[in-house]
Amino acid sequence: MRVALFLTCVNDTLYPDTGRAVVRLLSRLGVEVDFPSGQTCCGQAHYNTGYRHQAEPLARHFAEVFGGYEAIVTPSGSCGAMVRELYPRLGERASAEGRGDTLARTLSPVVPRTYELTEFLVDVLGVTDVGAYYPHKVTYHPTCHGLRGLGLGDRPRRLLAAVRGLELAELPGAEECCGFGGTFALKNAEVSAAMGADKVRNAESTGAEVLCAADNSCLMHIGGMMSRLRTELRPVHIAEILASTEEEPAA
Amino acid sequence: MSGTFVGMPAFPEAAHRAVRDPVLRANLRHATHTIRAKRATAVGELSDWVELREAGRRIKDHTLRHLDRYLLRLEESVTAAGGTVHWAADAAEANRIVTRLVKETGESEVVKVKSMATQEIGLNEALEAEGIRAYETDLAELIVQLGRDRPSHILVPAIHRNRGEIRDVFVREMGAWGRPAPAGLTDTPAELAEAARLHLREKFLRAKVGVSGANFMVAETGTLVVVESEGNGRMCLTLPETLISVVGIEKVVPTWRDLEVFLQTLPRSSTAERMNPYTSMWTGTTDGDGPRTFHLVLLDNGRTDTLADRVGRQALACIRCSACLNVCPVYERAGGHAYGSVYPGPIGAILSPQLRGTADEIDASLPFASSLCGACYEVCPVAIDIPEVLVHLRERVVEGGPAVRQGNRVVLKPARGHAAERAAMRAARWAFARPGTLRTGQRLAARTRRLHPRTLPGPGRAWSGTRDLPAVPAEPFRDWWQRTRGGKDGAE
Repeated sequence: MRVALFLTCVNDTLYPDTGRAVVRLLSRLGVEVDFPSGQTCCGQAHYNTGYRHQAEPLARHFAEVFGGYEAIVTPSGSCGAMVRELYPRLGERASAEGRGDTLARTLSPVVPRTYELTEFLVDVLGVTDVGAYYPHKVTYHPTCHGLRGLGLGDRPRRLLAAVRGLELAELPGAEECCGFGGTFALKNAEVSAAMGADKVRNAESTGAEVLCAADNSCLMHIGGMMSRLRTELRPVHIAEILASTEEEPAA
Repeated sequence: MSGTFVGMPAFPEAAHRAVRDPVLRANLRHATHTIRAKRATAVGELSDWVELREAGRRIKDHTLRHLDRYLLRLEESVTAAGGTVHWAADAAEANRIVTRLVKETGESEVVKVKSMATQEIGLNEALEAEGIRAYETDLAELIVQLGRDRPSHILVPAIHRNRGEIRDVFVREMGAWGRPAPAGLTDTPAELAEAARLHLREKFLRAKVGVSGANFMVAETGTLVVVESEGNGRMCLTLPETLISVVGIEKVVPTWRDLEVFLQTLPRSSTAERMNPYTSMWTGTTDGDGPRTFHLVLLDNGRTDTLADRVGRQALACIRCSACLNVCPVYERAGGHAYGSVYPGPIGAILSPQLRGTADEIDASLPFASSLCGACYEVCPVAIDIPEVLVHLRERVVEGGPAVRQGNRVVLKPARGHAAERAAMRAARWAFARPGTLRTGQRLAARTRRLHPRTLPGPGRAWSGTRDLPAVPAEPFRDWWQRTRGGKDGAE
């Protein structure tokens, strides 16, 4: 099977290790991965901040770059939710504004073929044990767009539970938002920081060494908070845990 | 006092006080988490919750689409039952009507059952200006009124107060309004409730005029419905000679059959009860039982304008259960006052900027008072997609666009203060449409990474004030991929 990796602009620029982990993991599972170099940004930041019209050309660009693939995999719950949940809405709104169905028609092929990583592993490949080894105590934060947007449910937890050596600690208040929310973290910095601090305190109470999630944007905010609060905890993307093996262990 | 919100600062500044107040944050955290857990249990008991939620959404959707028809039907039914219907286009008109009606009775005081609609229009202040005193009789509203405070929650207006603070307010203020607090009052809930009961009983037995809102109005029979927990509302609805109800036009439901759905979903969503303790219903007037005169003031005040908005109109489906407030992480930290309106929390963030418009700084800031986490949509018993409306209203603020104000189609200009952001968004879109530009930017960031400051200038300062920035890696992923073809060249 050949899939396109939609890494997202944030991961490409700031978290290349996550991208390398996805490639290693999928290759190990027999999936051929391609990285279409024309990819940029899904337009979520534009859309969610109110610049819907600015998001439209980015969505069109996404559909042009990824249109030819049978599956598109992304290690980001929120960018995945942008494509699956909000691209159809972009199309509907353009039609409702009398601009025709062209945008909707352009976007429709990529919408059902876009999968968040853990969803792809469990639903498409049908695996929960990916042969990973990660001897650490880990707590899992289900990010909002993965949890409520894509409905990832317990897929990430099932994948983590099958990792050898990993001790999974339940995070109190797991389903509460960490406070990132894209531009919310800038526009309402104080409230955002208060939410982040509570998330870090809850994670600390589990005694875990690592807080993992399926979204580096949330981890950037939580990790920035951890670093400032000088906790022992580290943020790690779930792809890096699942890619880790005894031969090639992740930190 | 449950007074004006005019002059409130925009949301981020207004939230500042609550975020920095450990007592307030503890009060809010405790209260919202308790009710949140109870609600989940009460909802979990119903096997058909999903169907009830969908039924509620459809009833509201249908009613809103045919609102004109159902309102005329309601007027007919209320009139036939002996009531009088008045139409108020805005707050000023509603206040004028109520003031006139009270004056016609010759009375100078009224008792009130808790009503969001009368708070929305500032009725108490309007009455006071005409020499009429309005006494709030809902326990939490009484606390707010005596404390010269503002409500901060739809269902629990005094949620920001703890027992000790309430005791102090009672001791200090009750005497100025009527019967003083008993000597030696402590902060035990039973003693506080008894003090309020004695104070209010005097008002109930004396009052000749009652003022209420309503949770629902049934078009087919002209019946109004108030659901409450204390029974104080029922005293206001039954003891006075004249009853004046001020109700938003969106509160109409077509039939009793429709009401059945909401009488199940509202109490479970709001107080986590299977059924609320008091459900009072009245249809016009009845000889020898209850008020002899009944007036219904139907309030528009921005609702028709909201109805004209294809995305935003779903906010009018709200049944004021407050489940979205109790689950909202932003409300929990910022407190209700930060929203600058009688409608705080997620629903307030989409309702106020539609009812009032986005011209004011506070209204323009409300659509951004959310991390779009979606918890509000998940708990809403009528499935209002609050995040969708928030994003829609953000668009109105930053880009402007078509809207309806006071019945007229207008094209709104973008709000001031977003020019830099708009330019940045356009520049980002331009760069993202060109992968080569993105790559150049990434390489530049990677090469200069040792020079990057620990704190950011401009709007980024808000981020780096409380969080450390991630280090920029030496090589972006796309360069690694190009160099190694995904590790296949063994050049990792």
